[in-house]
Amino acid sequence: MSRRAGTAALLAALLLAALFPLAVARPAWQNTAILMLMAAQLGVAWNILGGYAGQVSLGHAAFFGTGAYVSSLLSMRLGLSPWLGMLAGALVASAFAVVVGWPCFRLKGHYFAMATIAVVEIVQAVVNGWERLGGAVGLYLPLAETGFGGFVFNRSKLPYYYIALALLVLTLAVNWLVARSRTGYYLRAIKDEPDAARSLGVSLTRYKLQAIALSAALAAMGGTLYAQKELFIDPGSTLSTSLSIKMSLVAILGGVGTLFGPVIGAAVLTAVEEGSRVIFGGTGRGTDLVVYGLLIVLFAVYQPAGIMGWITGRWLGPRAERPEEEP
Amino acid sequence: MTQILLQTVLSGVLIGLVYALVAVGLTLIFGVMDIVNFAHGEFLMLGMYASFWGWALWKLDPLFTLPFTALGLFAVGALLYRLVIRRIIDAPMLSQVFTTFGLMILFRGLAQYLWSPDFRSVEHTVVDGKVAFGGLSFGLPQVTAAAGAVVTTGAVWWFLRFTRLGAALEATAADREAAALMGIDGQKMFALAWGIGAACAGVAGALLSSTYPIFPDVGASFILVAFVLVALGGFGSVTGAFWAGILVGVVEVVGGFLWDPAYKMVLVLSLYLLVVWLRPQGLLGKA
Repeated sequence: MSRRAGTAALLAALLLAALFPLAVARPAWQNTAILMLMAAQLGVAWNILGGYAGQVSLGHAAFFGTGAYVSSLLSMRLGLSPWLGMLAGALVASAFAVVVGWPCFRLKGHYFAMATIAVVEIVQAVVNGWERLGGAVGLYLPLAETGFGGFVFNRSKLPYYYIALALLVLTLAVNWLVARSRTGYYLRAIKDEPDAARSLGVSLTRYKLQAIALSAALAAMGGTLYAQKELFIDPGSTLSTSLSIKMSLVAILGGVGTLFGPVIGAAVLTAVEEGSRVIFGGTGRGTDLVVYGLLIVLFAVYQPAGIMGWITGRWLGPRAERPEEEP
Repeated sequence: MTQILLQTVLSGVLIGLVYALVAVGLTLIFGVMDIVNFAHGEFLMLGMYASFWGWALWKLDPLFTLPFTALGLFAVGALLYRLVIRRIIDAPMLSQVFTTFGLMILFRGLAQYLWSPDFRSVEHTVVDGKVAFGGLSFGLPQVTAAAGAVVTTGAVWWFLRFTRLGAALEATAADREAAALMGIDGQKMFALAWGIGAACAGVAGALLSSTYPIFPDVGASFILVAFVLVALGGFGSVTGAFWAGILVGVVEVVGGFLWDPAYKMVLVLSLYLLVVWLRPQGLLGKA
């Protein structure tokens, strides 16, 4: 695809996304669309560290939860606007990510992934037992000020849709800038040839720390949006390993290390999740889990390069196929 | 005070020995083929349900059905290897992680579909009551579970150490290609590792079935501890996992007693982070 056609397709997609809720008025559909956008944003944020730098974090909910808790606590205790809280949450999450990342980046592969699970589980257990942070019960955000300034909308979900869309566009833009920057090239070098990169004088830890700080800040912003949309947060919903895994799943399903892969992955995953819940679920019989699990296994086994890999492999010739696979 | 502390430490050892058995299977699979099995807790869950149904349908005690549970789980593990895992041996780490993670969700979903999310329990087992000595007292089911775990772990250790088949398995773990050149069928060894690994977790599930609630997500609380043991003991090391199990069991129970039971996992996981940071090869792992 030429550069011009790419830009045109991008603008068309954005226009479609902007017009979607005006064409589809059913609240249930709109809500599913918001969930898709939020999942996509988190997957794109995760991709900066997991996709470009190749550091598979299964603990990103720790940063998501930090964003949700920081903005919520600041607005409940100090009356700070959640918009400022979102920035504060992003800063705190970045700092936390650097503190966590510095020791964890000494570990590779499975070791790193499992250490990040430990981190999110520790944070969850600590918040669970910390009464002043709401403990296991969680925090109910006050319904005080509705409207844009208060970041609370209860008449229609539409504003959340556009905020989620804007946040996704921002995250994509950051991802795009990072991928094109010097840091982006270093990150890919670190992922593909860590020893060669090191021998050329690339400080592995420094660039990995930049990646995790950025990735965490964006995930935290997603956390604030979640808190403002749900108006309720607890450790189980915002600080869990399963949420962390979902962020990475969105990316792997769509295509790790590609700009739009996570967006496609989020669309498919959310559709499958909501669809199987509507078709089979509601009875608590776990059929939705069966479908979800089966889909993950099939993709991981047969299409590890994700949907993007399938598209590029099918339409752009066999050369681009399965970029992840070793010869 | 010493009495209480001794009681607590020994309780920790008892549960730690069962943790170790769960981790032995996980570490064996990791050691032989470098794959972290996220669905390992689900083998334990299946072992628990096998015990439950034997008891609920035919009034058979979990200890009597244990050999069948072990065989059944061996078949599940080996079959899972043949059907799924075989295809991802050389895949990128990310696909491996998500394959076993997907299996975990699939198994939980199937259990919920077939057997409902209700909590089940096995009651009136053959082994019941308490043992007391020197002012200390332990539940007999817990002591039996720990003893059964030690015997099973010991059997796996003996198998790896003193049988030809075990040696072949160890050889495949050490160097897959060199082992293949010696005429060892790698595919068979991998299937064997998955069979034994699943059987270990299944036996642990059977041993725990009389004292733990049985439900589709029960594996979740054990998989995390098993990961910690595997990392502490050194990836692939059976004896390492054994000693790490005892250590973690004691840390968990004593920490929960001295501090707050809600924070016991924080202690265990912090210990894990500290060790992987200072000694990435594990406490007992070789550098």
